[in-house]
Amino acid sequence: MTPATFTRAGFRRGALTALGLTLGLAPFGLVVGMAADAKGLSLLETLLMSALVFAGTSQLVALQLWSDPAPILAATLACLVINLRLAPMGAALAPALDRLSGLRLWGTLAVLVDNSFALMVAEIRAGRRDAAFLLGASLAMWAVWMVTTLLGHAFGAAVRLPPDHPVFFASVAALMSILVPLWRGWSDVFPWCVAGLLALCAQGLGLGAPWPVLAGALGGAATGAALDRHRNRGRA
Amino acid sequence: MTLRWDVLAAILGMVAATFLCRAGGYAILRVTRPPPFVQAMLQHLPGAIFVAFLAPALAQGGWPAWVAGGSALLVQARFGRMALSILTGVGVLWAIQALQ
Repeated sequence: MTPATFTRAGFRRGALTALGLTLGLAPFGLVVGMAADAKGLSLLETLLMSALVFAGTSQLVALQLWSDPAPILAATLACLVINLRLAPMGAALAPALDRLSGLRLWGTLAVLVDNSFALMVAEIRAGRRDAAFLLGASLAMWAVWMVTTLLGHAFGAAVRLPPDHPVFFASVAALMSILVPLWRGWSDVFPWCVAGLLALCAQGLGLGAPWPVLAGALGGAATGAALDRHRNRGRA
Repeated sequence: MTLRWDVLAAILGMVAATFLCRAGGYAILRVTRPPPFVQAMLQHLPGAIFVAFLAPALAQGGWPAWVAGGSALLVQARFGRMALSILTGVGVLWAIQALQ
């Protein structure tokens, strides 16, 4: 296991690794651009939001609540609730972040997204702890995010895809492909099943985002941790 | 190219809330040493998060979504190319919808 570092080579490798995954992000960026246009946001306002917030689901939900004047409190709360799932992600990246400080640390965290998180976890598990990989992956996503929200805002009104168009399945397909590098073996099966079932139950109870994700993630992780402890006791 | 003050204020509120989420979890971890059970949970968290994301999304899409998602998974496991895997998932769903 190499010590945590922050290198130019790592940054480039992260950006290149993330390129394939940006296909999953692109349709989502178009949708956010179209939604912002439909709510009357100017191109500058739309790009500013995408550049600084850079969290698609929360932007989409905030835009659904949008009104004139802008709903400052509601949009802020929507981001807080929906992006709560990013908090445990940052914590799980500790092995790569612990040696960093200042702008490198908080700047890398400031652009953390689901997909770059997953790629970095796979890196850590492969014994590589170069946090610049995470920054590179996130910024590659960010660049595609900016281009696609711009296109969505500029041309969205002309295209008008129905919301159940297969193109929008790309973000789900991207997460399916992410599961492969996160898979560590058959001991993952039971915690993953618990995570999925809890998320389905929370959704069945009528709970909105982020509760199905948080319930499933925390329940599945707790199941995995309990199984680990049980196994270690059996060995001792 | 307009930038209204109320819109700017809403965007800055969204930015602050999102940064709090992104940095907050790690910031707490940096100042306190979590108990061993929580550390073990963090090891299991990545997979669990994405499964918890996907299960409701696939359930909402019905069997075509499961088939398309399954194909994306298989292509990724076999070839290890994420772009190919995503295109396969979208293509399979597109084909199913076209045939229905």
